[in-house]
Amino acid sequence: MGCTNHWSPAVRGPWWGLLSLLLVFSLTASTAPSAWAQEAETETVEEAVVEETDAAEEPAAEEPAADATAAEEEETRTEEVAEETPDAAATPAPASPEQEYQYTINTLFMFLCGVLVIFMQAGFALVEVGLNQAKNAVNISFKNLMDFSLGAILYLFIGYGLMYPGADYAGKWFGYAGPGIMGMGDAASIGDQVNANPDAGGLKWSPNADFIFQVAFAATAATIVSGAVAGRLKFIAYLVYSCYISAIVYPISGMWKWGGGIAAAEGFADFAGSIVVHAVGGFAGLAGAILLGPRIGRYVNGKAMPMPGHNLTFVTLGVFILLIGWFGFNPGSQLTYASTVDANITTYIGVTTVLSACAGAIVSMIISWVMWKKPDLTMALNGMLAGLVGITANCNQVTLTSSLIIGAIAGLLVVAAIVMLDKLKIDDPVGAFPVHGVCGVWGGIATGIFGTALPVIEEVTLTRGEYIMLQTKWSLLISLWAFVNMFILFGILKMVGLLRVTPKEEQEGLDIGEHGLHAYDYVTTAH
Amino acid sequence: MKKIEAIVRHHKVDEVKEALVAVGLQGMTVTEVRGFGRQRGHTETYRGTEYTVDFVPKVKIEIAVNDDIADKALSAIVGAAKTGQVGDGKIFVTELAEVVRVRTGESGPTAI
Repeated sequence: MGCTNHWSPAVRGPWWGLLSLLLVFSLTASTAPSAWAQEAETETVEEAVVEETDAAEEPAAEEPAADATAAEEEETRTEEVAEETPDAAATPAPASPEQEYQYTINTLFMFLCGVLVIFMQAGFALVEVGLNQAKNAVNISFKNLMDFSLGAILYLFIGYGLMYPGADYAGKWFGYAGPGIMGMGDAASIGDQVNANPDAGGLKWSPNADFIFQVAFAATAATIVSGAVAGRLKFIAYLVYSCYISAIVYPISGMWKWGGGIAAAEGFADFAGSIVVHAVGGFAGLAGAILLGPRIGRYVNGKAMPMPGHNLTFVTLGVFILLIGWFGFNPGSQLTYASTVDANITTYIGVTTVLSACAGAIVSMIISWVMWKKPDLTMALNGMLAGLVGITANCNQVTLTSSLIIGAIAGLLVVAAIVMLDKLKIDDPVGAFPVHGVCGVWGGIATGIFGTALPVIEEVTLTRGEYIMLQTKWSLLISLWAFVNMFILFGILKMVGLLRVTPKEEQEGLDIGEHGLHAYDYVTTAH
Repeated sequence: MKKIEAIVRHHKVDEVKEALVAVGLQGMTVTEVRGFGRQRGHTETYRGTEYTVDFVPKVKIEIAVNDDIADKALSAIVGAAKTGQVGDGKIFVTELAEVVRVRTGESGPTAI
């Protein structure tokens, strides 16, 4: 599966992804790509691979009329881009030793950054488990394990192709490059066909590293929600949700920005995903928390009752792991590292990231100290995460002073949002929406306010005001996309009775009710 | 024979143990317990919401002693566990009907 140009837009839909899932298993490793294309941009704009049409494997038989058009389009493409064709006369310019060196550095560095981002899964698991009751520890751990496992596989077959459909879909709302890494199905040795000469249509880094990096981001968006719905969402509902966000919701809005879609064309900036990753997860979590309603006993007679987390040491360790993982998230999003300029930008991003994180933690601590007489650890921990989320969109284009301000305001916003949710009686046990939703949107808007890289659209530089409006528009639009999608999905699950566990199960703990298991040996009764 | 149950503060456990060993005690049982007396609970704040913790964690020490050293054991516990603040704990003394050493099956005062 590679070129899917012959599919008319009318037939592309969510079901198409499922069809692809079936088709990919029938693919053989012989479907080698005939041309590669990759735009030389700092953003993750990647283009589809145009493959030779393998009539036997393509679902062309279903649409014979459209196939001819596809062949024509392919002809045009192959003339435009320099190509690597094993069986053709044209040989691409080979990569110079310097290009090979750069390709290697970029690839291995991106791989390591991807691994750091995957490490964030451990951080999320610890934060969510620690901020909830001991009787739900197995359930939350299990949900964290499964959103990654299901999400990573579905992202390979469906999500990745939706998020990076290629240059054919530049400036559009939707596209699909086919399943597999860069639309290559289950081709086993992707590295073999790669030309490391970007000047001749080659790549700057290995598609394998790119997939590891991107799947880690998709998993981050997915895992945010388990905290917001903890203590009452059915396990099966979470599995359904995990599939939907990783395969459909996150990749489509991700494509608008990182896949070279409509938001990217308008100049919207979200360097590492305040909006694309965190706001999507945060607003999905809000939809879940609203539809589920609060945990039993959380609001009694209109008054908020605390349900303290059972292990704040876990939470602290989790936040530190997230901080470490964020150095893969933000600096890693530079994508190219093999030059002094890239090395400087990559590490500069590390500096803005750490400053914002620390400012967020300090401001949250001060506010909790002033408001409730004592400094509150969980607020300060949320504050550090808030600072990290806030800087994520703009870490490459703000001054150090700006990064401190962005983090400080995020630290203020997160405490305000936690208090506000309590007033609205929306139960978000870990503060997933305040941290990722509210501060994600703040990060997007802050990019417009503090960003030094004003976008140039059709040779006209946007004014500061236009930049802020653009950032606000897309921050809200992408958040709304995630919220509405998840509201519908959780709404359907609620209608068919699959959303929430029974009150008895909830009070005894989901560990016993859903899994017949408990996390700690000494937990015999619910507390 | 008497059974002495002493509810004391966590950080006084070691001192109480040393004091009891000093008067000749050879064994004891310690349990983590929660409860309240005149100290009542205390307030905590979690994510902006204040709440009271009614059951305060304490440690319960259980010992069995022969009548001749019961008074010495009691004063040893009081001496070691006392801070003078409300919440120091309580000691309950009851008559012990029987004691059996599992290993040998012997019973009565020699089994203690």
